[in-house]
Amino acid sequence: MGDDGRGSCGGEDVSDVDCQEAVRQLYVYLDGELTEERRLQIAVHLDECGPCADAAGFEAELRAVVSSRCKDRVPDSLIARVAAAIAAEAAHSDPGRTSGIA
Amino acid sequence: MADRARFAELAMEHMSALYTAALRMTRNAADAEDLVQETYLKAYRAFDSFSEGTNLKAWLYRILTNTYINSYRAAKRRPEVSDVEDVEDLYLYHRLAPEAGSTRSAEEEVLAGFTDDEVKAAIEALPDAFRIAVLLADVEGFSYKEIAEITDVPIGTVMSRIHRGRRALQKTLAGFAQARGLVGAGPVAAS
Repeated sequence: MGDDGRGSCGGEDVSDVDCQEAVRQLYVYLDGELTEERRLQIAVHLDECGPCADAAGFEAELRAVVSSRCKDRVPDSLIARVAAAIAAEAAHSDPGRTSGIA
Repeated sequence: MADRARFAELAMEHMSALYTAALRMTRNAADAEDLVQETYLKAYRAFDSFSEGTNLKAWLYRILTNTYINSYRAAKRRPEVSDVEDVEDLYLYHRLAPEAGSTRSAEEEVLAGFTDDEVKAAIEALPDAFRIAVLLADVEGFSYKEIAEITDVPIGTVMSRIHRGRRALQKTLAGFAQARGLVGAGPVAAS
C-alpha cells in the first residue's frame, strides 16, 4: 500500500499476500468472486493486518451505502400503464397466439 | 418454456428494480418509464422463449439493457464519453481527514453524509458501459457471470468495468465529501 500513513501497513508480508496484493484483490474478494483458495489467503491477510482490514471494512460499507441510497419507488401510474399495455397486447395476440409480434 | 398467462404474476414484482436501473440509465423519469414499459412489452412477446425456472430477473435486465443501448442511447445526439479516468485504489478512504476525531467516526460521518441525490448523481456521471456494470453489480447484486450474460461482454471486461467504474464513482463521491470539509483534496499523508 505504500508509505502514505493512513491505511498503510508498510507492505508487511503477512500470510502469502502482501498489502498491495490484498488491496488489488479487494473488490473481487468483497464480491465473493475469488476461488476458495485465494479467498482464504486474502481473509488471512485481513485477519492479520489491521490497516487493510479497516480499508476493507470501509469499502464494504461504502458499497452498502451506494446500494441503499440508490433506490427509487416505481410510480403506481407506471405499474398500471404496463399492466394495461400487456393486457392490450394479450387481447390483440391471443387466443390465436400464432404471432406475438404486433 | 414459459406460459404467457403467467407473465404478469412472475415479472411484475421486478418492476421497482428495473425502474431504478432505467432511471440511472436514461437519467430522467419520462424516458425511464417508457423504457420500462417497452422492456415489459418485449419480454411479454418473447416470454415463450424464456425457460421457466431460470433467472427471470437477469433475463428482464438483459432486455432492459439491450433496449436502452439500442434505442435510447442511439437516439441521443450528444456524444457519449466511452472511458473513465484512472483513479487509484481506495481513493476515498485515503482522503478521510484524520483530524476529525477518531478515524472510525470520520469514516462513519463521511458515509452517513452522502445523500440519495449525491449517490444517484455520482452513478449517473459514469459513462454508459461503466454505469451499467456498476449498477448491476452494486445496486442489483448480480454476479460477474450474470452481468457478462446480461450485457453480452466477456467476464474480464465486466470486472474491469465494475472496478474502474467504482473507483471513478469514489472520486465523484469524494468531491461531495470534500465540499463538506470531511475529506482532503489529496491523500492525507501528502497534505
